[in-house]
Amino acid sequence: MATLREIRRRIRSVRNIAKVTRAMEMVAAAKMRRAQSRTLATRPYAEKAWQVLVHLALQRTATEAMHPLLASHPGECIGLVVVTSNKGLCGGYNHNIINLACEFIEHAPMPVELITVGRVGRRAMMRAGYHIRAVFEDIPDLPGLMDITGITREITEDFLSGHFGEVYVVYTRFVNTMVQIPEVARLLPLRALERSRSAVEAIQRAAETPTLLEYVYEPSPEAILNALVPRFLEMQVYQIMLEASASEHSARMVAMRNATDSAGELIDALTLTYNRARQEAITKEMVDIAGGAEALAKMRGRR
Amino acid sequence: MRVLQCEIVTAERRVYAGEVREVIAPTTTGQVTILPRHVPLLCSLLPGEVRLVRPDGDEILLAIGGGFMEVRGDRVVILADTAERADEIDVERARKARERAEELLRQKISDVEFARAEAALRRAMARLRVAERAKVRRRRPTPTSGGGMPEE
Repeated sequence: MATLREIRRRIRSVRNIAKVTRAMEMVAAAKMRRAQSRTLATRPYAEKAWQVLVHLALQRTATEAMHPLLASHPGECIGLVVVTSNKGLCGGYNHNIINLACEFIEHAPMPVELITVGRVGRRAMMRAGYHIRAVFEDIPDLPGLMDITGITREITEDFLSGHFGEVYVVYTRFVNTMVQIPEVARLLPLRALERSRSAVEAIQRAAETPTLLEYVYEPSPEAILNALVPRFLEMQVYQIMLEASASEHSARMVAMRNATDSAGELIDALTLTYNRARQEAITKEMVDIAGGAEALAKMRGRR
Repeated sequence: MRVLQCEIVTAERRVYAGEVREVIAPTTTGQVTILPRHVPLLCSLLPGEVRLVRPDGDEILLAIGGGFMEVRGDRVVILADTAERADEIDVERARKARERAEELLRQKISDVEFARAEAALRRAMARLRVAERAKVRRRRPTPTSGGGMPEE
C-alpha cells in the first residue's frame, strides 16, 4: 500500500502532465487551423491554373506529347515520396503512413526508391532497410511554397532523366478534424490533363463556346505550357504538404486531448485512493486512541 | 465607363481583386497595357512591376516574380509566382537578395545556376524598383496616372 505522500506526489505529476498535454492540444489546434486556411488560399490559383491548362488542352489532341512531365516512359525504378512529421506524439499519424508505404513497396512491380519528408519517416525507412534517394527534414510546420521547391526539383529531375518511371506520394489526406485518410497518389506523369480532357469535352458539348479557342498566345501555346506544367506540379506538391500538415496537427490535437482526458481519469482514481488511505489512517489512529483510553479507564477503575 | 475585373493570385494567396481601368504588365514580348475590350490573351510574364489603374485614377504598384496573364472578356487574371504590393516589400531583404545574386553572377558557375541567379536578381530588382517608385509617389502631393513616368 502506497503511503499518503507517494500518492500525493503522483497526483501532482499527473496534473502537470495534463497541463502540458492541454497546452500541446491548443497549439496543435491553432496550427491545424492555419494549415487549413492556407490550403483554402491555394484554391484560386489552382482553379485558374487548371482553367488555363484546359484551354491549352483544347488546342491539341495529343496531350501526352505536350510536355515531358505529362508523358509516361519506362524508368529504372519508381519514386515514392513519404510524407511524415518531424515530431512524434501525434497518435497513429506516422505509423499509418509508414505501414502504407511498406505495403506499396512490397507490391510494386519495380524497385522503389524513397524520398522521405520528415524525420520519423526517414528513421523508420532506414531501419526497414529500404533505398532512400533523398531526405527532406527542414520543412517547417506550416510550409510555404518556397519550402517545397527542393522536393519538386528532386522528383522532376529524376523523372526527366529517366531514373524514375513514375513518382507516387504517400501522405495523409485531411477530411476533417476527426478523419484523416492515409493514401497513395500519383505525382508524375502528371494526371491533371487526364481529368481535364473529359472536362474539356464536357465544356465543348455543353456550352459550345468557340470563343475559348480564340486566344492570342504570347509567345506561343507551347512556351506557356512549358512554363505552366512545372508550376502545376509544384502546386500539387504544395497542396499535399499542406494537407499532410493539417492532418498531422489534427492527429496530434486528438492524441493530446485523449492524453488530457486520461490524465483527468487517473487523477480522479488517485484522489479516491488517496482519500481512502487517509480515511483508513485516521480510523486506525482513532481506534488506537480509543483503545488506549479504554485501557487507561480500566486500570483506573481497578485501583 | 467600362472597367476590367482584375485578379492577381499566387499559389499562397489572393493578392488583389477588384475593378481597374487598365493593367500594365511586363510580358516576355514587352510591356503591355490591357484596356477594356481587349482581345482574349494568354501570355507569360517576366519578373517586374505590374501597375493597376483603378477607376478613380489611383494606381497600385505590385512587384511580381514572373507568371502568366489571362485576359478574357473584361476579366484579367494574373497567376504570379510571387506578388507583393509596394507597401509589403521588404526593401532590406530585396537589397540583400540583389547583392547575393550579383555576387553569384560574378563567380564562374554552371548554366543552370547562372539562370537561377539571374532570375533571383531580376526578382530582387523588380521589388526594389516598385518600392522605390511607391516612395517617390508618396512624396508628391497629387499623384497623376502615368504622368512623368518613364516607360521602360
